[in-house]
Amino acid sequence: MEHFKVRRSGTLAKRSQRTMLGFLVRRILATIPVLAMVALFVFFMLRLTPGDPAAILAGDNGEPHQIEAIREALGLNEPILTQLTIWLGNILQGDLGESFFFNKKVTELIAMRVDATLSLAIVTLIITLAVAIPLGVLAAYRHGSWVDRLVMGFSVLGFSVPIFVLGYFLIFIFSVKLNWFPVQGFKSISDGFWPFLHHLILPSLTLSVIYIALIARMTRASVIEVLNEDYIRTAYAKGLSNMVVLMRHALHNAAVPIVTITGIGVALLIGGVVVTESVYNIPGLGRLTVDAVLGRDYPTIQALILVFSCVYVVINLLIDLSYTLLDPRIRY
Amino acid sequence: MSAPEESPIALEVDSAASAAAVSRPRTVLQMLVRNPSVCFGGVVLVVMLLTALLAPFLGTIDPSNIDPIYRNKVPGTERMLRLDDGSEVPITHWMGTDMLGRDVYSRVIYGSQISLVVGLAVAILSIAVGLTIGLVSGYIRWLDGIVMRIMDGLMAIPGILLAIALMSLFNAGLGTVIFAIFIPEIPRVVRLVRSIVLSIREEPYVEAAISVGTSVPLILIRHVLPNTIAPLIVQGTYICASAILVEAILSFLGVGIPPEIPTWGNIMAEGRMLFRVFPHNLLYPGIFLAFTILAVNVLGDGLRDTLDPRMAKRLG
Amino acid sequence: MQPVLKIDNLSVQLPKGADRQHALEYVSFEVHPGEILCLVGESGSGKSVTGLSVMGLLPKGQLTPVSGQILLQDENLLEASDERLRDLRCTGMSMIFQEPMTALNPVMRCGDQIDEVLRTHIRLAPKERTQRILRIMEEVRLPEPKRLINTYPHQLSGGQRQRIMIAMALVLEPVLLIADEPTTALDVTTQASILQLIRDIQRDHQTGVLFITHDFGVVAEIADRVAVMQWGKVVEFGEAKQVLSNPQHAYTRMLIGSVPSMTPSQRERDASAQVVLNTSGLSKTYSERAFFRSTRTVHAVQKVDLEVRRGETLGIVGESGSGKTTVARCIARLTDPSSGEIFLDGKEIGRLRTGQLRPYRRRIQIIFQDPYRSLNPRRVVGDSIIEGATNYGLPRDKALERARSLMELVQLDPNVLDRFPHQFSGGQRQRICIARALTMEPEVLIADEAVSALDVSVQAQVLKLLDDVRKHFNLALLFITHDLRVAAQICDTMAVMSQSKVVEYGLTRDVFTNPQHEYTQSLLNAAPGKGWDFGAFLAP
Repeated sequence: MEHFKVRRSGTLAKRSQRTMLGFLVRRILATIPVLAMVALFVFFMLRLTPGDPAAILAGDNGEPHQIEAIREALGLNEPILTQLTIWLGNILQGDLGESFFFNKKVTELIAMRVDATLSLAIVTLIITLAVAIPLGVLAAYRHGSWVDRLVMGFSVLGFSVPIFVLGYFLIFIFSVKLNWFPVQGFKSISDGFWPFLHHLILPSLTLSVIYIALIARMTRASVIEVLNEDYIRTAYAKGLSNMVVLMRHALHNAAVPIVTITGIGVALLIGGVVVTESVYNIPGLGRLTVDAVLGRDYPTIQALILVFSCVYVVINLLIDLSYTLLDPRIRY
Repeated sequence: MSAPEESPIALEVDSAASAAAVSRPRTVLQMLVRNPSVCFGGVVLVVMLLTALLAPFLGTIDPSNIDPIYRNKVPGTERMLRLDDGSEVPITHWMGTDMLGRDVYSRVIYGSQISLVVGLAVAILSIAVGLTIGLVSGYIRWLDGIVMRIMDGLMAIPGILLAIALMSLFNAGLGTVIFAIFIPEIPRVVRLVRSIVLSIREEPYVEAAISVGTSVPLILIRHVLPNTIAPLIVQGTYICASAILVEAILSFLGVGIPPEIPTWGNIMAEGRMLFRVFPHNLLYPGIFLAFTILAVNVLGDGLRDTLDPRMAKRLG
Repeated sequence: MQPVLKIDNLSVQLPKGADRQHALEYVSFEVHPGEILCLVGESGSGKSVTGLSVMGLLPKGQLTPVSGQILLQDENLLEASDERLRDLRCTGMSMIFQEPMTALNPVMRCGDQIDEVLRTHIRLAPKERTQRILRIMEEVRLPEPKRLINTYPHQLSGGQRQRIMIAMALVLEPVLLIADEPTTALDVTTQASILQLIRDIQRDHQTGVLFITHDFGVVAEIADRVAVMQWGKVVEFGEAKQVLSNPQHAYTRMLIGSVPSMTPSQRERDASAQVVLNTSGLSKTYSERAFFRSTRTVHAVQKVDLEVRRGETLGIVGESGSGKTTVARCIARLTDPSSGEIFLDGKEIGRLRTGQLRPYRRRIQIIFQDPYRSLNPRRVVGDSIIEGATNYGLPRDKALERARSLMELVQLDPNVLDRFPHQFSGGQRQRICIARALTMEPEVLIADEAVSALDVSVQAQVLKLLDDVRKHFNLALLFITHDLRVAAQICDTMAVMSQSKVVEYGLTRDVFTNPQHEYTQSLLNAAPGKGWDFGAFLAP
């Protein structure tokens, strides 16, 4: 919330337009150190692990020639600074290396798998926002009532039931017993919208539960906080009805924390994607991650961490930028 | 608060404060006991701890006892078990057996040990490390910038992903699992501690301490540290819940604790192949896992409401 | 003449476990058209509850009217339905609040906030609505209404925000306006103009005004009639002049007697006393640097030269944002000055590093504004008081002994050192803070708005204590305040600050009787109730 600084005095419209551009540039530039830090982490994670990284990657039964091959492929024989420069240079050129396990360019692998993950994430996001925000507002409005307790109870439950437990539970009921949905698998949207959605509904529901729990909770908390503000009393003093006060005054003022938590929750979502894709056998980036780890395919793991972190950082950048639309006090 | 100032010397207690004192229980402990969430979460957690400690005495058999004849038996199956000394005893597989004929009940009970050890270890480690880094960086300006950049970077990698990636570098084992789960938790604790340090630092009572010549380390210990305890206990509880969850996920994905050790995640990972026919292999460990995490989360909510009203107000 | 508002035997119940049973007990009074009735009282007296009861805005389930009537032009509001109450708000009765920054919706344009009143209550074409908004904005004397319509509250000054609130409240010409401390959060010059505005509009529209305040200066300025409240009861009611000059009830006499006089007190001053503290060219600049942004610099304090002698009180007076607190913080070395010097007994201390500063820290002590945050809530007050002395090597038992004698000096029971801050009232806490400062045996004591958060009766006592302490220890007292009345009573010399500079500096008597700078003149002119010499009735 460090960007949430209130500007002291007013400025003219012209000046604010110019500073708005500056703000955009500054915020975009500010993500560079974060991404650089991620890249350094990924790089040093392998190199600073105690023991010979090549031997670790080769596994317990690695033959000497396999270890040598890995060392060669990762350039581990070079001095560490040279390795870093080469590695960073490659990343900047969009070259994420070659997979040990699949014998393909990692970028190709990712391109093949990205649409499943993206579809899953988008459908999940839609379900989440459609459910979580009304639930949160309702709970805040009926603060302390049984509705509120029910929503909060559901939210704690949502945080606590592991995704794979919930996933298999839903598969067992809706696919195995009731036969409403396919058990597992994925259909691309090019195979038709209905088969696409039919395959995605259960995984998205599974994945959205924890996300709904998170956002409903934050919506409730921030709306309750806003409802205690003086300007809500002013709104009532104007003779506005409860509904208008809630929707026009309270929800708008509560928007910034809600949007913020939605962005932070993307980390949760990415973690959930890995598990959900394994449960539902969806050929996406999450499955790729698990396969890569099981196959000790380090270049792929590195690349996936970079890609997922980039997505996370960019989404949160966009959310930061959206603050200026939501709250005129946010300083450029 | 009202009324002409009290007569000098004789001390009258602030009316509002005394009124609050009447309706407020005297000690923190009493407040905790009165909170239903704390009671529920605490009791369940104690029961789970006892279960883990007393696993051998709870009617369990050796959780790795393989018996190909009794594979995939449904819950409630009865049979005779041959012991090492050749005698036979009747046992009931309350939760059935898995595809190697191992007793699921015994495996689930023993599995609680790993979950609780991981949960507690990660919570304690990340609080200790995060508190130290947070306190130091909150008070030393030049260090703060560097530390926070590192934390931002670490935060940008989704936690489960980082844990999975770390596991790919280590030989799977209890220690490495704890390490892989604890690293991604650090930045959250650091940020919490730092935000408390920054806000407390502005309090007039801290400025008063500065102007009466209290040194920085003493200010941290006397005035800042006590303010971090309640939020950290609450945060530690949530971290514990999340660590249990992540451990199960790692085991389930096959990158955590080695499969021969019974953990809830491992039992479920093995059970998933045949779950359409024998859902009990997933059901029982799943219930234990979800219920334990639920209890810890509910405990956290209760602790937050009683110990840390400020945070309770913010996060509901 | 029929009253616009008649409150008859109103009682409001507090929730169980509160310090008393009723927030209001048998409150009765009337407000007539075209009159301003001031409801005066200290915090907790129930004056705001009265206003909220009329509006039907009491927090549900916490405060419940249990008996009596509230008649708005003969309609009993306590029996009105929620819908009827909604209809009446802003059309029959309106309310404005203390803090205009928080009372306006921060994410909604000011024009839209006024427009919302029109859209809710009457049917008008958009164009006519805009016309009406512009007209009311002009009437509340907002500059450039056409531009201000599109601004957000944070882009306006405090006074402009309060004018928007007033415009919103009066756009539909209600018969009753309830103003709950509407000028308390404003600077004194802004306060004067807002009071003038309320007076004028009220006269032009014959609105009845229920004006809630704690400040007798404001009462003297604006009231036609006065109701004094204590502990939820109206203890005195009458014509303003009558009540102010000849109060009947003991509580009213005490309250009015506690208001400091604007006439500077006669204080003998030893001009030969040694200068303990002086500053030369003291400046503080805040600059904010960031990538791709021009550096913003804010001059908080510019070239301030001050001196205080032993046993003397120097007042630094100014409105919010004038830099007076920054001066105090620089001298206490809680903030590092950007340039200039601070001399303590001739020794420059403004640029000393932490380690070198240590021996000098002890000699300058500071008391803060907010008594609720000045003591660590987790430590017993005894520990807070002796913290400094033990830092400088005094053994604990010796320090406690000193603390006990100081507790007596600040008129508190020495046996309560083992209690926690929440067990004390605001005034008591401020006494404890004074004791804490005194354990250091300082030569300079800084009081940064130290009495501003206290009720007027408590304020008078703490002021007296500060003055006694100054005499007793022959201290140099640096007194930071926004309140001219307080300054008149306690300061020997005073410096008036405006926009980070000292604009006038001299003997208090001279500044009050013969102000040179035009800012000082406007400040003195704006002081509410300046014509009244409160407490005159107490004189034998």
